[in-house]
Amino acid sequence: MTRLFAPKDSAALAVGADAVALAVAAEGRRRGLDVDLVRTGSRGAFWLEPMIEVATAEGRVAYGPVRTGDVAGLFEAGFLTGGAHDLRIGRPEDHPWFAGQTRLTFARCGLVDPTSMADYRAHGGLAGIVRALEVGPAATIAAVTASGLRGRGGAGFPAGIKWRTVADAPGAPKYIVCNADEGDSGTYADRMILEGDPFCLIEGMVIAGLAVGAVRGFVYSRSEYPHANATFTAAIAAARAGGLIGEDVMGGGQAFELELRVGAGAYVCGEETALLESLEGKRGQVRAKPPLPAHHGLFGRPTVVNNVLTLATTPWILAHGGETYAALGFARSRGTQPIQLAGNVKRPGLYEAPFGLTLGEIVEEIGGGTASGRPVRAVQCGGPLGAYFPPTLFDTPYDYEAFAARDGLIGHGGVVVFDDSVDMAVQARFAFEFCALESCGKCTPCRIGSVRGAETVQKVIDGVEPEQNLALVADLCNTLELGSLCALGGFTPYPVMSAINHFPEDFRPSSPSSPLRRRMTP
Amino acid sequence: MTSFEPWRAERAEEIIAGRLGADGAALPILHALQAAFGYLPRQVFPIMAKALNISRAEAFGAASFYHDFRHTPPGRRVVKVCRGESCQAMGGEAAAKFLLAALGVDWGGTTPDGEVTVDAVYCLGLCAVSPAALVDGEPLGRADGMSLIAAARP
Repeated sequence: MTRLFAPKDSAALAVGADAVALAVAAEGRRRGLDVDLVRTGSRGAFWLEPMIEVATAEGRVAYGPVRTGDVAGLFEAGFLTGGAHDLRIGRPEDHPWFAGQTRLTFARCGLVDPTSMADYRAHGGLAGIVRALEVGPAATIAAVTASGLRGRGGAGFPAGIKWRTVADAPGAPKYIVCNADEGDSGTYADRMILEGDPFCLIEGMVIAGLAVGAVRGFVYSRSEYPHANATFTAAIAAARAGGLIGEDVMGGGQAFELELRVGAGAYVCGEETALLESLEGKRGQVRAKPPLPAHHGLFGRPTVVNNVLTLATTPWILAHGGETYAALGFARSRGTQPIQLAGNVKRPGLYEAPFGLTLGEIVEEIGGGTASGRPVRAVQCGGPLGAYFPPTLFDTPYDYEAFAARDGLIGHGGVVVFDDSVDMAVQARFAFEFCALESCGKCTPCRIGSVRGAETVQKVIDGVEPEQNLALVADLCNTLELGSLCALGGFTPYPVMSAINHFPEDFRPSSPSSPLRRRMTP
Repeated sequence: MTSFEPWRAERAEEIIAGRLGADGAALPILHALQAAFGYLPRQVFPIMAKALNISRAEAFGAASFYHDFRHTPPGRRVVKVCRGESCQAMGGEAAAKFLLAALGVDWGGTTPDGEVTVDAVYCLGLCAVSPAALVDGEPLGRADGMSLIAAARP
């Protein structure tokens, strides 16, 4: 029997993975071959999707991107034994794009059957929870603290300190809430974990629960992720059947239960306090902090709110030691970051590497430049609230503090590339429009400032007193930054002001290269 | 192509009753009601308010906050087209304009024959295969105007 692996990741499905998997199974049957087709997550090399892998004597050999029309030819070429073909990639681990990575959080994603506990265990899963049960809560928190792991949702708050705060907080019950409301354009790492290695997240949540004394967890996912939600629901059932969650976690005598909740299309619910309101069944309006969720979180109880990637990294940290994780990285950004390349880029995909690569290495070397073949003009890092970087800042190291020093943020790890056809004034207006659309309405700078901002940038685009209106926009951004309750209003100035500061020609019709000039001279 | 149940108050009560045990049950209830009826008829809010022991304003307020919840019936096929930055960078706006023009609708609109609703969404997590859309929950990547219209009206 030959084992074949085809992705079931949403982005692979979006480019025909189901049809290819069906075609492979049908062609195998037609030829009377004994073929076992396993559906996995994605390895993250999306320009090669749908990518089919074959288990051969020398390991798994990949082919891609495979279209249904290629399937018969692949069988002819003997791909079941790793035969030569134009689409043959070889062993993924030998491919430079994979060989350059350090996959800790994504070690199993794309390799395993996401709903098989046996497969999970066979690929190193459960070592973290076993260790956590051995060493107990205090040493678990110490390991997470020693790892230097910071919140991967974007805020970068040290996970160990958050866990310690909740562990020490009086009050019961306590909760573990996983923020899987991954709304930033250009990011898809959370979705890949939910679809490709859900047990890793579950294990991380159980570790967190045992560490802080919580017996219940919620994963708050997105309605935009129907396939992820289906896979994760199946994984919860399998984890319960396998003893990873339930009355008696891994035979250690402690309980932990887990529930998946699905949001309803509100970007602001990715903000932790809005998320908690939403979980409580209310409008997803931001809460003022303090009190911190660690003291006064879900249903007013002490709550750990961590991103998917933060929680999914803790099993590795427990299994290998906090110091091992902390040995990787750059300055105060320890460990690895799953960088997600998207937009107009030749090789879009998830690239996990220690912090410290430069933005230029990420975009030009790993991403291969633009998909359109035109010059890169702007790179938006950290989602819709992140700054636009010009190529002149490509020497910026990928690190929380280095990005902040250049008025940007790494956020949840999204990197969206634009070629030279982009109009940065339109992007600045979009940033305000997005903020207006997604504002929860609680604070005035965000609710009204975003609307006025979009109107004012439109005046600039229309050539109405551009200098005066740009000064107004800068003043408004100052108000948003300092006066908003949460990052939605507070960070909208990043894309707006970075567009204005780094691409001033797009906002001034007198400049010969200005898109404004192009707009105004038909 | 999705088909929905006709509105029945008893059915709504049954759906709500099945989820009352959950903490913070409002969102799961609203999702389940919309999955059954395709939208949230306004008669649903007094029923929900009573069952959850909250005011009608709180029930309606929760529903009206979220982009997903509909207050009028959708078309038989719902196409959610991503307008996020990654899709913008790959020509998503032009593809979306083509789709809207071909269908003769604006964002959020339903074709006069009730077949297709086009919604704007801001990120489907399919950014590595931009431009992207979700057609009745099924992902479509590397989309263009032609593939969008083919998916919307097969």
